[in-house]
Amino acid sequence: TLAERANLAGVRHILLVLSGKGGVGKSTISTELALALRSAGKRVGILDVDLCGPSIPRMLRVQDSAVHQCDSGWVPVFVGQDKAIALMSIGFLLERPDDAVVWRGPKKNALIKQFVTDVAWGELDFLIVDTPPGTSDEHISTVEALRPYQLLGAVLVTTPQ
Amino acid sequence: AEAEELRARLRAVRHTVLVLSGKGGVGKSTFSALLAHGLAADETKQVALLDIDICGPSIPKMMGLEGEQVHQSGSGWSPVYVEENFGVMSVGFLLSSPDDAVIWRGPKKNGLIKQFLRDVDWGEVDYLIVDTPPGTSDEHLSIVQYLSATHIDGAVIVTTPQEVSLQDVRKEINFCRKVKLPIIGVVENMSGFVCPKCKNESQIFPPTTGGAEKMCQNLNVSLLGKVPLDPQIGKSCDRGQSFLAEAPESPATLSYRNIIQRIQEYCEQNHFQEEKIM
Repeated sequence: TLAERANLAGVRHILLVLSGKGGVGKSTISTELALALRSAGKRVGILDVDLCGPSIPRMLRVQDSAVHQCDSGWVPVFVGQDKAIALMSIGFLLERPDDAVVWRGPKKNALIKQFVTDVAWGELDFLIVDTPPGTSDEHISTVEALRPYQLLGAVLVTTPQ
Repeated sequence: AEAEELRARLRAVRHTVLVLSGKGGVGKSTFSALLAHGLAADETKQVALLDIDICGPSIPKMMGLEGEQVHQSGSGWSPVYVEENFGVMSVGFLLSSPDDAVIWRGPKKNGLIKQFLRDVDWGEVDYLIVDTPPGTSDEHLSIVQYLSATHIDGAVIVTTPQEVSLQDVRKEINFCRKVKLPIIGVVENMSGFVCPKCKNESQIFPPTTGGAEKMCQNLNVSLLGKVPLDPQIGKSCDRGQSFLAEAPESPATLSYRNIIQRIQEYCEQNHFQEEKIM
Protein backbone atom coordinates (compact mmCIF):
# COMPACT_ATOMS: atom_id res chain seq x y z
CA THR A 1 0.00 0.00 0.00
CA LEU A 2 1.02 3.58 -0.38
CA ALA A 3 1.33 4.10 3.35
CA GLU A 4 3.50 0.96 3.68
CA ARG A 5 5.85 2.10 0.97
CA ALA A 6 6.03 5.57 2.47
CA ASN A 7 7.14 4.38 5.90
CA LEU A 8 10.39 2.92 4.62
CA ALA A 9 10.75 5.23 1.63
CA GLY A 10 12.62 7.79 3.70
CA VAL A 11 15.20 5.25 4.90
CA ARG A 12 18.46 5.43 2.95
CA HIS A 13 20.22 2.27 4.18
CA ILE A 14 18.92 -0.80 5.97
CA LEU A 15 21.42 -2.96 7.83
CA LEU A 16 20.69 -6.37 9.36
CA VAL A 17 22.67 -7.58 12.36
CA LEU A 18 22.70 -11.37 12.34
CA SER A 19 24.48 -14.26 13.95
CA GLY A 20 22.96 -17.69 14.04
CA LYS A 21 24.46 -18.18 17.50
CA GLY A 22 22.82 -16.65 20.55
CA GLY A 23 24.54 -14.54 23.16
CA VAL A 24 27.38 -13.29 20.97
CA GLY A 25 26.47 -9.62 21.21
CA LYS A 26 24.08 -8.85 18.35
CA SER A 27 21.89 -6.49 20.39
CA THR A 28 24.93 -4.91 22.03
CA ILE A 29 26.56 -4.29 18.64
CA SER A 30 23.30 -3.01 17.15
CA THR A 31 22.99 -0.52 19.97
CA GLU A 32 26.62 0.61 19.83
CA LEU A 33 26.50 0.89 16.04
CA ALA A 34 23.40 3.07 16.27
CA LEU A 35 24.98 5.30 18.91
CA ALA A 36 28.21 5.62 16.91
CA LEU A 37 26.39 6.50 13.71
CA ARG A 38 24.35 9.06 15.60
CA SER A 39 27.55 10.56 17.02
CA ALA A 40 28.75 10.91 13.44
CA GLY A 41 25.70 13.03 12.71
CA LYS A 42 23.57 10.41 10.95
CA ARG A 43 19.82 9.96 11.37
CA VAL A 44 19.40 6.49 12.84
CA GLY A 45 16.63 4.03 13.66
CA ILE A 46 16.70 0.59 15.33
CA LEU A 47 14.18 -2.15 14.68
CA ASP A 48 14.31 -4.96 17.27
CA VAL A 49 12.67 -8.06 15.76
CA ASP A 50 13.72 -10.40 18.55
CA LEU A 51 10.19 -11.23 19.63
CA CYS A 52 11.12 -13.71 22.37
CA GLY A 53 14.02 -11.82 23.88
CA PRO A 54 13.89 -8.09 23.02
CA SER A 55 17.00 -6.62 24.63
CA ILE A 56 17.30 -3.22 22.99
CA PRO A 57 14.83 -1.22 25.13
CA ARG A 58 16.73 -2.01 28.33
CA MET A 59 20.08 -1.26 26.67
CA LEU A 60 18.79 2.21 25.85
CA ARG A 61 16.98 2.62 29.17
CA VAL A 62 13.50 2.84 27.71
CA GLN A 63 12.15 -0.50 28.91
CA ASP A 64 9.18 1.20 30.54
CA SER A 65 8.12 3.16 27.46
CA ALA A 66 4.83 2.69 25.68
CA VAL A 67 4.17 3.25 21.99
CA HIS A 68 1.20 4.70 20.19
CA GLN A 69 -0.03 5.01 16.68
CA CYS A 70 -0.42 7.99 14.39
CA ASP A 71 -2.04 8.18 10.95
CA SER A 72 0.91 6.61 9.20
CA GLY A 73 1.48 3.85 11.73
CA TRP A 74 3.44 3.15 14.93
CA VAL A 75 5.38 6.05 16.36
CA PRO A 76 8.86 4.92 17.40
CA VAL A 77 10.33 5.70 20.80
CA PHE A 78 13.10 8.29 20.60
CA VAL A 79 16.24 7.40 22.53
CA GLY A 80 19.86 8.37 23.01
CA GLN A 81 21.34 11.45 24.58
CA ASP A 82 19.63 13.83 22.17
CA LYS A 83 16.54 11.63 21.84
CA ALA A 84 17.23 11.40 18.13
CA ILE A 85 17.49 7.63 17.60
CA ALA A 86 14.16 6.07 16.65
CA LEU A 87 13.51 2.67 18.24
CA MET A 88 10.77 0.11 17.74
CA SER A 89 10.69 -3.17 19.63
CA ILE A 90 8.11 -5.76 20.62
CA GLY A 91 9.29 -5.03 24.12
CA PHE A 92 7.14 -1.90 24.02
CA LEU A 93 4.00 -3.85 23.28
CA LEU A 94 4.21 -6.17 26.26
CA GLU A 95 1.92 -5.36 29.14
CA ARG A 96 4.38 -6.75 31.63
CA PRO A 97 8.09 -7.09 30.85
CA ASP A 98 8.22 -10.63 32.25
CA ASP A 99 5.43 -11.76 29.93
CA ALA A 100 6.75 -14.46 27.64
CA VAL A 101 5.86 -14.06 23.97
CA VAL A 102 5.04 -17.68 23.35
CA TRP A 103 4.03 -17.58 19.74
CA ARG A 104 4.36 -20.00 16.91
CA GLY A 105 5.83 -18.94 13.60
CA PRO A 106 2.75 -17.67 11.74
CA LYS A 107 1.84 -15.22 14.48
CA LYS A 108 5.44 -13.99 14.70
CA ASN A 109 5.51 -13.51 10.94
CA ALA A 110 2.39 -11.36 10.98
CA LEU A 111 3.85 -9.08 13.64
CA ILE A 112 7.21 -8.74 11.91
CA LYS A 113 5.54 -7.77 8.68
CA GLN A 114 3.65 -5.08 10.59
CA PHE A 115 6.77 -3.88 12.32
CA VAL A 116 8.67 -3.58 9.11
CA THR A 117 6.04 -1.67 7.16
CA ASP A 118 3.94 0.08 9.79
CA VAL A 119 6.44 2.14 11.74
CA ALA A 120 6.53 5.85 10.87
CA TRP A 121 10.33 6.11 10.69
CA GLY A 122 10.46 9.39 8.79
CA GLU A 123 13.78 10.28 7.13
CA LEU A 124 16.64 8.04 8.25
CA ASP A 125 20.18 7.52 6.97
CA PHE A 126 20.42 4.11 8.65
CA LEU A 127 17.91 1.61 9.96
CA ILE A 128 19.60 -1.11 11.99
CA VAL A 129 17.62 -4.32 12.34
CA ASP A 130 18.53 -6.45 15.35
CA THR A 131 17.55 -10.12 15.00
CA PRO A 132 17.21 -13.11 17.33
CA PRO A 133 19.58 -16.08 17.09
CA GLY A 134 18.85 -18.77 14.51
CA THR A 135 17.74 -18.96 10.90
CA SER A 136 13.98 -19.23 11.19
CA ASP A 137 10.66 -17.46 10.91
CA GLU A 138 11.85 -14.06 12.10
CA HIS A 139 14.76 -14.04 9.68
CA ILE A 140 12.83 -15.29 6.67
CA SER A 141 9.98 -12.86 7.29
CA THR A 142 12.23 -9.88 7.92
CA VAL A 143 14.25 -10.40 4.75
CA GLU A 144 11.09 -10.97 2.73
CA ALA A 145 9.43 -7.84 4.07
CA LEU A 146 12.55 -5.73 3.48
CA ARG A 147 13.31 -7.00 -0.01
CA PRO A 148 11.55 -4.12 -1.86
CA TYR A 149 13.65 -1.57 0.03
CA GLN A 150 17.25 -0.38 0.23
CA LEU A 151 18.77 -3.40 1.93
CA LEU A 152 22.43 -2.49 2.41
CA GLY A 153 23.51 -5.80 3.79
CA ALA A 154 24.18 -7.86 6.89
CA VAL A 155 26.74 -7.58 9.65
CA LEU A 156 27.44 -10.97 11.21
CA VAL A 157 28.48 -11.19 14.83
CA THR A 158 30.35 -14.07 16.43
CA THR A 159 32.65 -14.99 19.33
CA PRO A 160 35.93 -16.90 18.87
CA GLN A 161 34.94 -20.47 19.84
CA ALA B 1 -3.47 -42.44 17.48
CA GLU B 2 -0.44 -40.17 17.21
CA ALA B 3 -0.47 -39.53 20.94
CA GLU B 4 -0.62 -43.30 21.45
CA GLU B 5 2.42 -43.77 19.24
CA LEU B 6 4.40 -41.21 21.23
CA ARG B 7 3.25 -42.68 24.52
CA ALA B 8 4.37 -46.12 23.43
CA ARG B 9 7.79 -44.88 22.31
CA LEU B 10 8.39 -42.91 25.47
CA ARG B 11 7.03 -45.52 27.87
CA ALA B 12 10.49 -46.83 28.53
CA VAL B 13 11.81 -43.39 29.57
CA ARG B 14 11.97 -43.02 33.35
CA HIS B 15 13.02 -39.39 33.75
CA THR B 16 12.90 -36.45 31.35
CA VAL B 17 14.66 -33.15 31.96
CA LEU B 18 14.33 -30.15 29.65
CA VAL B 19 17.19 -27.64 29.55
CA LEU B 20 15.82 -24.19 28.74
CA SER B 21 16.84 -20.57 28.79
CA GLY B 22 15.09 -17.89 26.86
CA LYS B 23 18.48 -16.24 26.41
CA GLY B 24 20.99 -17.47 23.85
CA GLY B 25 24.62 -18.23 24.53
CA VAL B 26 24.30 -18.84 28.28
CA GLY B 27 25.44 -22.45 28.20
CA LYS B 28 22.35 -24.61 27.66
CA SER B 29 24.04 -27.05 25.31
CA THR B 30 27.19 -27.10 27.39
CA PHE B 31 25.12 -27.84 30.46
CA SER B 32 22.97 -30.46 28.70
CA ALA B 33 26.08 -32.26 27.48
CA LEU B 34 27.74 -32.23 30.90
CA LEU B 35 24.54 -33.24 32.69
CA ALA B 36 24.25 -36.20 30.34
CA HIS B 37 27.96 -37.08 30.77
CA GLY B 38 27.62 -36.82 34.53
CA LEU B 39 24.59 -39.10 34.63
CA ALA B 40 26.12 -41.57 32.17
CA ALA B 41 29.20 -41.96 34.37
CA ASP B 42 27.07 -44.48 36.23
CA GLU B 43 27.26 -47.38 33.78
CA THR B 44 24.08 -48.89 35.13
CA LYS B 45 22.11 -45.87 33.93
CA GLN B 46 20.94 -45.50 30.33
CA VAL B 47 21.17 -41.85 29.22
CA ALA B 48 19.73 -40.20 26.12
CA LEU B 49 20.54 -36.67 24.93
CA LEU B 50 18.13 -35.10 22.44
CA ASP B 51 19.16 -31.86 20.74
CA ILE B 52 16.12 -30.03 19.35
CA ASP B 53 17.99 -26.85 18.44
CA ILE B 54 17.31 -27.23 14.76
CA CYS B 55 18.93 -23.99 13.58
CA GLY B 56 22.02 -24.21 15.75
CA PRO B 57 22.64 -27.81 16.86
CA SER B 58 25.70 -27.67 19.09
CA ILE B 59 25.50 -31.11 20.64
CA PRO B 60 27.23 -33.16 17.88
CA LYS B 61 30.36 -31.02 18.11
CA MET B 62 30.34 -30.92 21.91
CA MET B 63 30.07 -34.69 22.06
CA GLY B 64 32.81 -35.27 19.47
CA LEU B 65 30.26 -36.78 17.09
CA GLU B 66 30.51 -34.44 14.10
CA GLY B 67 30.21 -36.27 10.83
CA GLU B 68 28.24 -39.14 12.32
CA GLN B 69 25.14 -40.21 10.44
CA VAL B 70 21.88 -41.60 11.71
CA HIS B 71 21.04 -45.18 10.75
CA GLN B 72 17.59 -46.57 10.25
CA SER B 73 16.59 -50.02 11.33
CA GLY B 74 13.33 -51.92 11.59
CA SER B 75 12.69 -50.45 15.00
CA GLY B 76 13.31 -46.83 13.96
CA TRP B 77 16.19 -44.35 13.86
CA SER B 78 19.18 -45.37 15.84
CA PRO B 79 20.73 -42.74 18.12
CA VAL B 80 24.45 -42.15 17.82
CA TYR B 81 26.16 -43.74 20.82
CA VAL B 82 28.96 -41.97 22.69
CA GLU B 83 29.18 -44.81 25.18
CA GLU B 84 27.19 -48.02 25.39
CA ASN B 85 24.84 -46.40 27.86
CA PHE B 86 24.79 -42.94 26.29
CA GLY B 87 22.93 -42.18 23.04
CA VAL B 88 22.59 -38.83 21.24
CA MET B 89 20.20 -37.51 18.59
CA SER B 90 20.40 -34.14 16.84
CA VAL B 91 19.40 -32.58 13.54
CA GLY B 92 23.14 -32.02 13.16
CA PHE B 93 23.43 -35.71 12.24
CA LEU B 94 20.95 -35.28 9.40
CA LEU B 95 22.88 -32.51 7.63
CA SER B 96 25.21 -33.38 4.79
CA SER B 97 27.60 -30.59 5.80
CA PRO B 98 27.99 -28.88 9.20
CA ASP B 99 27.69 -25.48 7.51
CA ASP B 100 24.33 -26.25 5.90
CA ALA B 101 21.82 -23.76 7.23
CA VAL B 102 18.48 -25.18 8.28
CA ILE B 103 16.22 -22.30 7.33
CA TRP B 104 12.85 -23.67 8.31
CA ARG B 105 9.67 -22.07 9.50
CA GLY B 106 7.94 -23.28 12.63
CA PRO B 107 5.67 -26.03 11.24
CA LYS B 108 8.56 -27.85 9.59
CA LYS B 109 10.62 -27.67 12.77
CA ASN B 110 7.70 -29.07 14.76
CA GLY B 111 7.45 -31.95 12.32
CA LEU B 112 11.07 -32.92 12.87
CA ILE B 113 10.79 -32.73 16.63
CA LYS B 114 7.77 -35.01 16.52
CA GLN B 115 9.70 -37.39 14.32
CA PHE B 116 12.61 -37.45 16.75
CA LEU B 117 10.31 -38.43 19.55
CA ARG B 118 8.26 -40.90 17.54
CA ASP B 119 10.88 -42.57 15.36
CA VAL B 120 14.06 -42.72 17.41
CA ASP B 121 14.56 -46.11 19.00
CA TRP B 122 15.99 -45.08 22.36
CA GLY B 123 15.24 -48.36 24.08
CA GLU B 124 15.04 -48.29 27.87
CA VAL B 125 16.16 -44.89 29.13
CA ASP B 126 16.73 -43.77 32.71
CA TYR B 127 17.34 -40.12 31.80
CA LEU B 128 16.24 -38.26 28.68
CA ILE B 129 17.91 -34.84 28.56
CA VAL B 130 16.46 -32.42 26.00
CA ASP B 131 18.59 -29.48 24.87
CA THR B 132 16.53 -26.61 23.43
CA PRO B 133 17.24 -23.48 21.39
CA PRO B 134 16.94 -20.01 22.95
CA GLY B 135 13.49 -18.39 22.98
CA THR B 136 9.93 -19.36 23.76
CA SER B 137 8.60 -20.48 20.41
CA ASP B 138 7.60 -23.41 18.22
CA GLU B 139 10.27 -25.80 19.48
CA HIS B 140 9.41 -25.17 23.11
CA LEU B 141 5.66 -25.38 22.68
CA SER B 142 6.02 -28.51 20.61
CA ILE B 143 8.36 -30.37 22.92
CA VAL B 144 6.14 -29.70 25.93
CA GLN B 145 3.09 -30.73 23.94
CA TYR B 146 4.60 -33.91 22.53
CA LEU B 147 6.22 -34.92 25.81
CA SER B 148 2.92 -34.60 27.63
CA ALA B 149 2.43 -38.15 26.34
CA THR B 150 5.05 -39.09 28.93
CA HIS B 151 6.09 -37.48 32.14
CA ILE B 152 8.49 -34.53 32.25
CA ASP B 153 10.23 -34.35 35.61
CA GLY B 154 10.95 -30.70 35.05
CA ALA B 155 13.01 -27.98 33.48
CA VAL B 156 16.46 -26.73 34.34
CA ILE B 157 16.78 -23.08 33.36
CA VAL B 158 20.21 -21.72 32.53
CA THR B 159 21.24 -18.09 32.79
CA THR B 160 24.22 -15.80 33.19
CA PRO B 161 24.38 -13.15 35.94
CA GLN B 162 23.60 -9.98 34.00
CA GLU B 163 20.17 -8.33 33.78
CA VAL B 164 20.03 -8.59 29.98
CA SER B 165 19.99 -12.39 30.44
CA LEU B 166 17.73 -12.45 33.50
CA GLN B 167 15.20 -10.40 31.58
CA ASP B 168 14.76 -13.21 29.08
CA VAL B 169 14.99 -15.91 31.73
CA ARG B 170 12.10 -14.45 33.72
CA LYS B 171 10.02 -14.86 30.58
CA GLU B 172 11.12 -18.47 30.35
CA ILE B 173 10.08 -19.06 33.96
CA ASN B 174 6.69 -17.58 33.11
CA PHE B 175 6.49 -19.82 30.07
CA CYS B 176 7.08 -22.86 32.28
CA ARG B 177 4.35 -21.76 34.65
CA LYS B 178 1.97 -21.10 31.77
CA VAL B 179 2.42 -24.60 30.34
CA LYS B 180 2.56 -26.18 33.82
CA LEU B 181 6.10 -27.41 33.43
CA PRO B 182 7.72 -27.91 36.86
CA ILE B 183 10.96 -25.99 37.34
CA ILE B 184 13.70 -28.08 38.90
CA GLY B 185 15.78 -24.95 39.31
CA VAL B 186 18.07 -22.34 37.80
CA VAL B 187 21.78 -22.63 36.99
CA GLU B 188 23.86 -19.46 36.84
CA ASN B 189 26.72 -19.92 34.37
CA MET B 190 29.72 -17.65 33.78
CA SER B 191 29.41 -16.63 37.42
CA GLY B 192 32.78 -15.13 38.16
CA PHE B 193 36.23 -15.87 36.83
CA VAL B 194 39.23 -16.91 38.88
CA CYS B 195 42.50 -16.09 37.15
CA PRO B 196 44.66 -19.22 37.00
CA LYS B 197 47.77 -17.04 37.43
CA CYS B 198 47.00 -14.55 40.19
CA LYS B 199 43.93 -16.34 41.63
CA ASN B 200 42.07 -13.00 41.69
CA GLU B 201 38.31 -13.27 41.16
CA SER B 202 36.59 -10.98 38.63
CA GLN B 203 32.98 -10.63 37.66
CA ILE B 204 33.08 -10.72 33.87
CA PHE B 205 29.28 -10.43 33.71
CA PRO B 206 28.48 -8.37 36.81
CA PRO B 207 25.14 -9.22 38.42
CA THR B 208 23.96 -5.61 38.36
CA THR B 209 20.48 -6.56 39.55
CA GLY B 210 21.42 -9.30 42.00
CA GLY B 211 22.04 -12.10 39.53
CA ALA B 212 20.20 -15.40 39.46
CA GLU B 213 20.16 -15.52 43.25
CA LYS B 214 17.95 -12.45 43.61
CA MET B 215 15.75 -13.51 40.68
CA CYS B 216 15.22 -16.95 42.21
CA GLN B 217 14.30 -15.41 45.55
CA ASN B 218 11.83 -13.07 43.88
CA LEU B 219 10.23 -15.76 41.75
CA ASN B 220 10.36 -18.56 44.32
CA VAL B 221 12.43 -21.00 42.28
CA SER B 222 15.45 -23.02 43.36
CA LEU B 223 18.95 -21.82 42.54
CA LEU B 224 20.69 -25.12 41.76
CA GLY B 225 24.13 -23.57 41.68
CA LYS B 226 26.58 -21.11 40.17
CA VAL B 227 29.28 -22.16 37.73
CA PRO B 228 32.35 -19.96 37.28
CA LEU B 229 33.90 -19.18 33.89
CA ASP B 230 36.72 -21.51 32.95
CA PRO B 231 38.33 -21.17 29.50
CA GLN B 232 38.82 -24.94 29.55
CA ILE B 233 35.03 -25.39 29.26
CA GLY B 234 34.91 -23.75 25.85
CA LYS B 235 38.00 -25.65 24.73
CA SER B 236 36.59 -29.01 25.78
CA CYS B 237 33.33 -28.23 23.99
CA ASP B 238 35.13 -27.25 20.81
CA ARG B 239 37.12 -30.50 20.96
CA GLY B 240 34.13 -32.69 21.73
CA GLN B 241 35.48 -33.82 25.09
CA SER B 242 33.81 -33.93 28.49
CA PHE B 243 35.03 -30.97 30.54
CA LEU B 244 34.28 -32.92 33.72
CA ALA B 245 36.73 -35.61 32.62
CA GLU B 246 39.37 -33.21 31.26
CA ALA B 247 39.43 -30.81 34.23
CA PRO B 248 38.31 -32.78 37.28
CA GLU B 249 39.96 -30.28 39.68
CA SER B 250 38.36 -27.13 38.27
CA PRO B 251 35.98 -25.22 40.58
CA ALA B 252 33.57 -25.29 37.65
CA THR B 253 33.62 -29.10 37.67
CA LEU B 254 32.83 -29.13 41.35
CA SER B 255 29.88 -26.79 40.75
CA TYR B 256 28.60 -28.85 37.85
CA ARG B 257 28.82 -32.07 39.85
CA ASN B 258 26.89 -30.58 42.76
CA ILE B 259 24.20 -29.32 40.42
CA ILE B 260 23.96 -32.67 38.62
CA GLN B 261 23.55 -34.42 41.95
CA ARG B 262 20.74 -32.07 42.97
CA ILE B 263 18.95 -32.74 39.70
CA GLN B 264 19.34 -36.48 40.14
CA GLU B 265 17.96 -36.26 43.68
CA TYR B 266 15.00 -34.21 42.46
CA CYS B 267 14.18 -36.79 39.78
CA GLU B 268 14.58 -39.79 42.04
CA GLN B 269 12.45 -38.22 44.75
CA ASN B 270 9.82 -37.29 42.18
CA HIS B 271 9.67 -40.85 40.97
CA PHE B 272 9.38 -42.15 44.49
CA GLN B 273 6.44 -39.81 45.19
CA GLU B 274 4.76 -40.97 42.01
CA GLU B 275 5.22 -44.60 42.86
CA LYS B 276 3.77 -43.95 46.29
CA ILE B 277 0.71 -42.37 44.73
CA MET B 278 0.31 -45.20 42.27
